Amino acid sequence: MTDDVGSKHRQGDRKRLMEAAVVLAIVLFLIFVMPSLLTAVGQSFRLKLLGRFLALAIAALGIDLIWGYTGLLSLGHGIFFGLGGYAIGMHLKLQIPPGELPDFMGLYGVTTLPWFWRPFYSFPFTLVAIVLIPSLLAGFVGYLVFRSRIKGVYFSILTQAVTIIFFNFFNGQQRLVNGTNGLIDFKTLLGATVSDPKTQFGFYCCTIIVLVAAYALCRWLTSDRFGALLIAIRDDESRTRFLGYDPAEAKTLVFAVSAALAGIAGALYTLQSESISPRSMDVASSIEMVIWVAVGGRATLVGAILGAVLVNFARSLLSEQFPEIWLFFQGALFLLVVLVLPNGIIGWCRTNGHELVLKLLKRSPIATATYPSLEQDLDVQQERRKLEPKE
Amino acid sequence: MINPDRILEIENLTINFDGFKALRNLNFHMETGELRVIIGPNGAGKTTFLDVITGKVKPTEGQVRFKGRNLRALSEHQIARLGIGRKFQTPRIYLKLTPRQNLELSCNRDKGILPTLIQKTPVAERRTVGGLLETIGLVPKADIAAALLSHGEKQRLEIGMLVAQSPDLLLVDEPVAGLTDEETYLTGELLTSLAESHSIIVIEHDMEFVRQIARQVTVLHEGSVLCEGTIDEVQSNPRVIEVYLGQPQEEPHAAA
Repeated sequence: MTDDVGSKHRQGDRKRLMEAAVVLAIVLFLIFVMPSLLTAVGQSFRLKLLGRFLALAIAALGIDLIWGYTGLLSLGHGIFFGLGGYAIGMHLKLQIPPGELPDFMGLYGVTTLPWFWRPFYSFPFTLVAIVLIPSLLAGFVGYLVFRSRIKGVYFSILTQAVTIIFFNFFNGQQRLVNGTNGLIDFKTLLGATVSDPKTQFGFYCCTIIVLVAAYALCRWLTSDRFGALLIAIRDDESRTRFLGYDPAEAKTLVFAVSAALAGIAGALYTLQSESISPRSMDVASSIEMVIWVAVGGRATLVGAILGAVLVNFARSLLSEQFPEIWLFFQGALFLLVVLVLPNGIIGWCRTNGHELVLKLLKRSPIATATYPSLEQDLDVQQERRKLEPKE
Repeated sequence: MINPDRILEIENLTINFDGFKALRNLNFHMETGELRVIIGPNGAGKTTFLDVITGKVKPTEGQVRFKGRNLRALSEHQIARLGIGRKFQTPRIYLKLTPRQNLELSCNRDKGILPTLIQKTPVAERRTVGGLLETIGLVPKADIAAALLSHGEKQRLEIGMLVAQSPDLLLVDEPVAGLTDEETYLTGELLTSLAESHSIIVIEHDMEFVRQIARQVTVLHEGSVLCEGTIDEVQSNPRVIEVYLGQPQEEPHAAA
């Protein structure tokens, strides 16, 4: 028995090492090979797009945590994304001689810097704010909502309502945050020119590293007992209470973590797109995030990343060719996924994919000389293992 | 008033669902280490009775005390942590998780959110889970999704989860519904062996099964206790016969 547990353990370790190696290979490829590859085919501008989409993938990981694993469909992650974006945006707008005001404020006759802008002079504060403001907001809202046992579609509607409040606030406050136009025209960050290709490549590398860290965090959260607990909450919440768990605690924590991921994504995206506007926190963009995860595959993590990158590349390619068609295509894509691939791309690969590959290679799944069902019976396998002579 | 030997004391319990009294002035107590069977016709309030003890439903009047402690202010998970475990009528296991994960989840000693997150499953708990898997005969299927188990295996897994939780009081709702005669008998054996170290309340319809395991039987009728006694006493009680056979009755007043 103990041997069994031990060997499972070692197997797990080997798997984890393999996974780390694959991740490392992808990271090295993205940083060292991808840029020259894209330059070679004359598509170097796509690298910048890739960087942005990888930033969006961080937000998708957060959605996967809260929706795929914990079963809470949040339609309000645009808020957290936007808050992260505005936090870094405000810092960037404050890269001006002391005493001066960000350019847009002059247009609206603002004479003194609003109080909540002041702390954003400091870069360390900004970094903390990118993570903490979204997660504290999510923690606070989540605690109230989950304590009163609001779930399912009511939770989704509530997150949408909050999104509308935030959108209207940021959209309407010209004097404070430049309203509809948002924050644009950034100059420098830590002395480096934001629009300089070298700086942008730095942001690209930075995004990849943060994405890997976010992936590792999500893997950790969804492994072992805590991951099992999240799935348990998703599938039968009241049962977890009778086991002695408080689902409200777990949901609040996961909601806060996923909000923090969205905030970080928003900041990295803002750096690379060199603008942040209230449109990033409207309801439509929140729903888009959900679509990425649905396409890639819920509760798969890799699917979330893949979905975000694929859907966004499809979008940029399609809207280059047929500018008006993208929204129809997105709708069709969502329908297709719901009807044909309910578990998303990765989910499909895990269930049907390998069988299909074997069939294409004209191989039956398991070569057997006797009754296949008997060969595959787990009880039979166990008995056989017991009968085999011990080494 | 508080009697330390009594694991569960219920006084004047009334549950009012918008005018419908699911339980009325119910009084009940049981000693530590007892195995008690509760029977009663459909709609007698048996499941509501368990819902109140586990905190799913709050008393309209009266109180429930577990080991002398009033449960009114506690929520379900706090009551579960105090040591009350529940098995549901239809198995409620996590189909997407493996039997091993199901057991590990319920075996966890510290169910706060941070300890669950930060601590890896301790070796001692892994061993407990391994042992339990052997007891319930699921070793070969320990690492496949629980959705693939048969009905009887699911029932065994849920009883395993209940034991892994190691509660002081086990509430078991119709454990043999849908089982074969042999499985029913084995479940009975399992419950009687568990009764050596736990206090157990079993709700059941199957009178043969009740006869196999019962020492003390409580009959519920229309939300209150009709009578209590050994199985023979209960079965020969004219009021019980009346209630079960549905003969014309005078006033269905319960013996409180």
